[in-house]
Amino acid sequence: MRQQPFAADRADRWEEYRQLLDTLERRGRGSDPAPVRFPALYRRLCADYALARARHYSPGLIAELHALVRRGYRCLYQRRPALLAPTLAFMAAGFPRTLRRHAPVFWLAAALLFLPMAIMGVACYQNGELIYSLMDSSEVTDLEALYDPQNRKVGRAAQRQADTDFQMFGYYVMNNIGIGFRTFAGGLLLGLGSVIILLFNGLAIGAAAGHLTRLGFESTFWPFVSSHAPYELTAIAISGAAGLLLGQALIAPGRRTRLAALRANARDAVVLVGGAALMLLLAAVVEAFWSGGGAPAEVKYGVGALGWMLVAGYLSLAGRGDPHGA
Amino acid sequence: MFPRSPRLHFLAHDRARPAVAAPRDTVRLNETPEGVDLGLRPAGPTVRALALTIDGGIRLLVYLALTPLAAFAGLGAGMILITSFLLEWCYPVVFEVWTGATPGKRTLGLMVVHDDGTPVGLPASLIRNLLRVIDFLPLFYGVGLVCTLADRDFRRLGDLAAGTLVIHAEDRMARPAALAAHRDTPPRPPPAGLSLTAAQAILAFDERAARLSAARRIELAEILLARFPPAADGQTWPSGPAAVALVAGYASWLTKGR
Repeated sequence: MRQQPFAADRADRWEEYRQLLDTLERRGRGSDPAPVRFPALYRRLCADYALARARHYSPGLIAELHALVRRGYRCLYQRRPALLAPTLAFMAAGFPRTLRRHAPVFWLAAALLFLPMAIMGVACYQNGELIYSLMDSSEVTDLEALYDPQNRKVGRAAQRQADTDFQMFGYYVMNNIGIGFRTFAGGLLLGLGSVIILLFNGLAIGAAAGHLTRLGFESTFWPFVSSHAPYELTAIAISGAAGLLLGQALIAPGRRTRLAALRANARDAVVLVGGAALMLLLAAVVEAFWSGGGAPAEVKYGVGALGWMLVAGYLSLAGRGDPHGA
Repeated sequence: MFPRSPRLHFLAHDRARPAVAAPRDTVRLNETPEGVDLGLRPAGPTVRALALTIDGGIRLLVYLALTPLAAFAGLGAGMILITSFLLEWCYPVVFEVWTGATPGKRTLGLMVVHDDGTPVGLPASLIRNLLRVIDFLPLFYGVGLVCTLADRDFRRLGDLAAGTLVIHAEDRMARPAALAAHRDTPPRPPPAGLSLTAAQAILAFDERAARLSAARRIELAEILLARFPPAADGQTWPSGPAAVALVAGYASWLTKGR
C-alpha cells in the first residue's frame, strides 16, 4: 500500500485519537478514568507507526506518527498520583521494612553518630577545655546562653527569647530536615559526605551535652532535648544510612555495575530519606511546641523514654507479618 | 550529498540496527511494550541551565512576595522559613511529579521522564532533586555540568542515580501540515533501482519544499538528482525549476502511485 491511500484509510482513526489525546492532556494527570477506547486506538496507532517506518513512508508522516505515539505513551503509562493512602501505607509498612532490610547499614550509621557523641560527651564532661577544640569561644558562649536556667524559654538564644513557637517550628523544619537531606546526598561522594556529617553532628551534640552538664545546666538541657531526641537522632542516623547505601553502591557494587548498583540502592535509600524526613517533621513539632514548654522535668523525661520505646517498637515491628513484606 | 537532517540519519540506520553502534545524533531509542521504537531527545546543558535560571527567578519572586509576611513577627517569620524550605527542596519535586516539569523547564519545552520515557514518579523525582546538592558542588553546578557533558544522554549525577532523563517534550520534526499536504503533481516514475535512502530523501525534500526559498529548492533538487546514475539514454538531468518539478513528480509517484 502506498502512503497516500494508507494515510487516507486511517485518517478518521488518527483524528479520533488526536482528539482523545487533547482532552486527556487538558484534564491533567489522573483526574478521571481515561476513555475506554484510548488504549485500543493507541495500540493501532503504534502498529501504523511501525508499518509506516517499515514501508519507508515519508519522514514527515513518520515523524508525525512518532509524535502521536509519544504523547499517547506518556498518557497511557503515567502513574496515578495519590497522596494520602500511599503515604500512610508507606509509613505503616514500607519504611520500617526497608530499614530492617538494610539493618547493618543503619547500625553502622547509628554507630557513626552515637559513638562519637557518647565519647565526646564523657570527655567534655571531664575536661572543660575540650569543647574549644570543636567550637570557638563565641559559639560556646551562645550555646551556654541557650540553656541558661534564667531563660524564660529554654533552648533559644537570648535574641530569640521573644520568638514564637511557630517561628521555631519553621526554623527546625528548614534546618533539621535540610540536614537530613544533605546527609543523604553526601553519600554520593563515595559515602564520605554522610560519614562526615554523622561524625560531626555526633561530636557536636556530645560536646554540648557534656559541657552543659559540667556547667550544671542539666536541669534545663536534659529535659529540653529528651522529648524530641528519639525522633530527631534516629532520623539523622537513618538519613546517614541512606547516604551510606549510595556510598556502598559506588565502593562495593558487588556483581552489578556501579551505575546499576547505585540505581538499585537509591530506590531503597529514598524510601529511608522520606521516612526520616517525616520523623524529623514530628521531631520539629515536638521540639517547637513541647520541649521548651513548662512541663516538669519528670514528665519530659517520661515522654522521652516513651518516645524511644515508640521509635524502637515502630522500626522493629511495623509492617511485619504481611505476606508481601520483605 | 543528501540533505542532512538528524531524522534522516536516524531512519537510515533503522534497517541494520544491530550492526550500527550508536546513532550519531542524541536521539535515544527506546522500545515500548507495543514493540515500536520511541525516540527521546535528551536536552543539553545549555537549555537546562536556562531552565534553572528561570526557576531561580520564579523562586526569587516568591521570596519577594513573601517579605511583607515579616511584619507578622513570629507567625510570619515561621511561614517564611517553612516556605524557603519548601522552595529549596520540594519545588522541583512537586512540579515534576504533578506536571512533568518545573515551570522553567516547561517554558523551554523540556520535561523529566524515566529513562524508559514514562512520566517521572515521586521516588525518582525525589532522588534526582535531593542529589542536586552534589551536582551543585563546587559552585553553581560544577559537578553537574561536567557529568552532563561526559554522559551521552546529558544526565547529571542525580539523573544517573534516579534513572531519569530531561528531554525535549515535542518533536521538532512533527508537523501536522505534512499529512494534509495535498499533492496534485502528476506522478513520474523514478529511475529503476532507486535506493531506500534516496527515496526517503526525495520524500523529505518534497515535504520541506514549501518552507524553502525557490533558489534553495532548485539547489537541493539539483543536488538530489546528481546523486542518481545517469539515465540509460544518455540524457542529462534537468536543472533549474524543471529539476524541482521532476523531483516533485517522483515524490508524488512514491506516495500515491501512478
